[in-house]
Amino acid sequence: MAELIEKIKEKLSEANGFNGLVFTQNINYPMIEVPKERLLEVCKILRDEFQVEQLRDLVSVDRFTKNERFECIYNLYSLTHSTRMFIRVRLESKNPEVDSLWPVWQSANWTEREAWDMMGIKFIGHPDLRRMYMMEEYEYHPLRKDYPLMGLPGAVTLPKK
Amino acid sequence: MSLDLTKEEYIQETKDASHISMSQEKILRALESDDVRGHFEGTLDNQLILNMGPQHPATHGVLQLVVSLDGESVVGTIPVLGYLHRGYEKLAENMTFHEFIPHTDRLDYLSPLANNVGYVLAIEKLLKIEATERAQWIRTMCCEMARLASHLVWMGSMAMDVGALTVFLWTFTEREKILDILDILTGVRFTTSYTRIGGLALDMSDECKARLVAFLDQFIPKLENARNLIERNKIFINRCEGVGYISKEDAMSLGLTGPNLRAAGVGNDLRVDDPYLKYRELDFNVPTATESDVLARYYVRVREMYETVKLLRQCLQKLPKGPINTPDAKQVLPDKGEVYSKMEELIHDFMIVNFGNTPEKGVEAYQAIEAAKGELGFYAISDGKGYPFRLKIRSPSFTNLGALPTMMKGAMISDIVAIIGSIDPVMGEADK
Repeated sequence: MAELIEKIKEKLSEANGFNGLVFTQNINYPMIEVPKERLLEVCKILRDEFQVEQLRDLVSVDRFTKNERFECIYNLYSLTHSTRMFIRVRLESKNPEVDSLWPVWQSANWTEREAWDMMGIKFIGHPDLRRMYMMEEYEYHPLRKDYPLMGLPGAVTLPKK
Repeated sequence: MSLDLTKEEYIQETKDASHISMSQEKILRALESDDVRGHFEGTLDNQLILNMGPQHPATHGVLQLVVSLDGESVVGTIPVLGYLHRGYEKLAENMTFHEFIPHTDRLDYLSPLANNVGYVLAIEKLLKIEATERAQWIRTMCCEMARLASHLVWMGSMAMDVGALTVFLWTFTEREKILDILDILTGVRFTTSYTRIGGLALDMSDECKARLVAFLDQFIPKLENARNLIERNKIFINRCEGVGYISKEDAMSLGLTGPNLRAAGVGNDLRVDDPYLKYRELDFNVPTATESDVLARYYVRVREMYETVKLLRQCLQKLPKGPINTPDAKQVLPDKGEVYSKMEELIHDFMIVNFGNTPEKGVEAYQAIEAAKGELGFYAISDGKGYPFRLKIRSPSFTNLGALPTMMKGAMISDIVAIIGSIDPVMGEADK
């Protein structure tokens, strides 16, 4: 497990032209912080050269700070090496957008739809960015920190009698 | 609309009515625009859109499928989720860590014990504490009993989906016995809420152990009986074999986990590959198959039940004596008897119940367990307060359902229920 991470570190080093990548051990698994412009490229390298076959989950976080309010944390798993790793991308506050990972892993389809529905993060290049749980005409993103727990009165339009 | 009206009369009548519903409005617009014959131009090349669910007994809960059909074969499928969405991730941000434990019961409501264990393990990683030996062994047993209970429901309902009703009754009798054991262990049959941060709510009694041994002794013959009913049944085999195929590459790319992935020929099991609790010290196999159809998924799960029985026997043998709660007064709820008689414990109990456990600021933790349906993971982020800043639930049913459109391609109408049954979705978990 540690060898794979060392190899990935070597490949994605500054010598190979990858600037701004940070390898952390903030949580109990290895985590790579990637600038959002390089995300798709890094993920393609991980899948093709390091056998990271699965995107198991996508955690969207609302930090509620002035800058870089949103975050996407990708939960990756390599079946060949039985290794889990995470990728973190920081997104801006006003208009959170990031490249869709659908061309790399098909499971990004649903996990990204969920993140769009709950947190309002737009995924560029997603084939079918509809809401996952809420109805399509709903205007809000409930997991954002500024959305009240009790909901907003009048947010759901009921069918008229 | 009565049949003897002409189109013009119907439009006039609907317009004159005092109020009309939305669907009537739609019909009115379609009639006025005169585009009603648009869909029926060719006789042989029209596609039918079939709406299945959310109120349908074979969709295992409130799953809605919009299926487009060409004759009798499926062209495309769109699963619609969200009918059971209760916003648990939002709720978790507004309650203490302990208060969320009963809510985890309602995720995968067929195996609530495994959810309790998975959640508590994630929070313990956040707090950097570990449960005692005995508690860890009991938790391992909890996971396995939950797997057995869940697989028994799946076996019965899947056989019922393809037309064999008796199996359902037989496996439910066995499940009932497990629930009786859970009644003794946890105090309730179903929504257990058994685990606590740093320990367990109750200790495992000798009576419970004896009941579990007695159950395991008679379980395998009963399971074989149920298997004999369907495994040599030509109707069952024909309805399952070669149905719902998904290639290994697609299965990996779509993020399948658990028995569905193992039936596609990938031997991935978190109990072996990323061991938690006491699985390192136990001896068991991970059954796999390569056919990747409904029948392969059936056999993987059935073989898993044998392994589970093996695991439970080993656990019963190795179960050590000792305390069930970690002696960490600041983070673990004290014993109730001591709360009523000692000052220190009363203060700690008051602090934990009212203000919650307090992890360090900025700590994040991820813990996944191999639940009955696949990887059940909890990603928790703390900001130093008594409740999580963010709690993401990685539910296996959600991602497994994402593979449904791929499995459904080219299937017949009657295969739809068999494929849904083989995925084993639980909507409480998929909709969160």
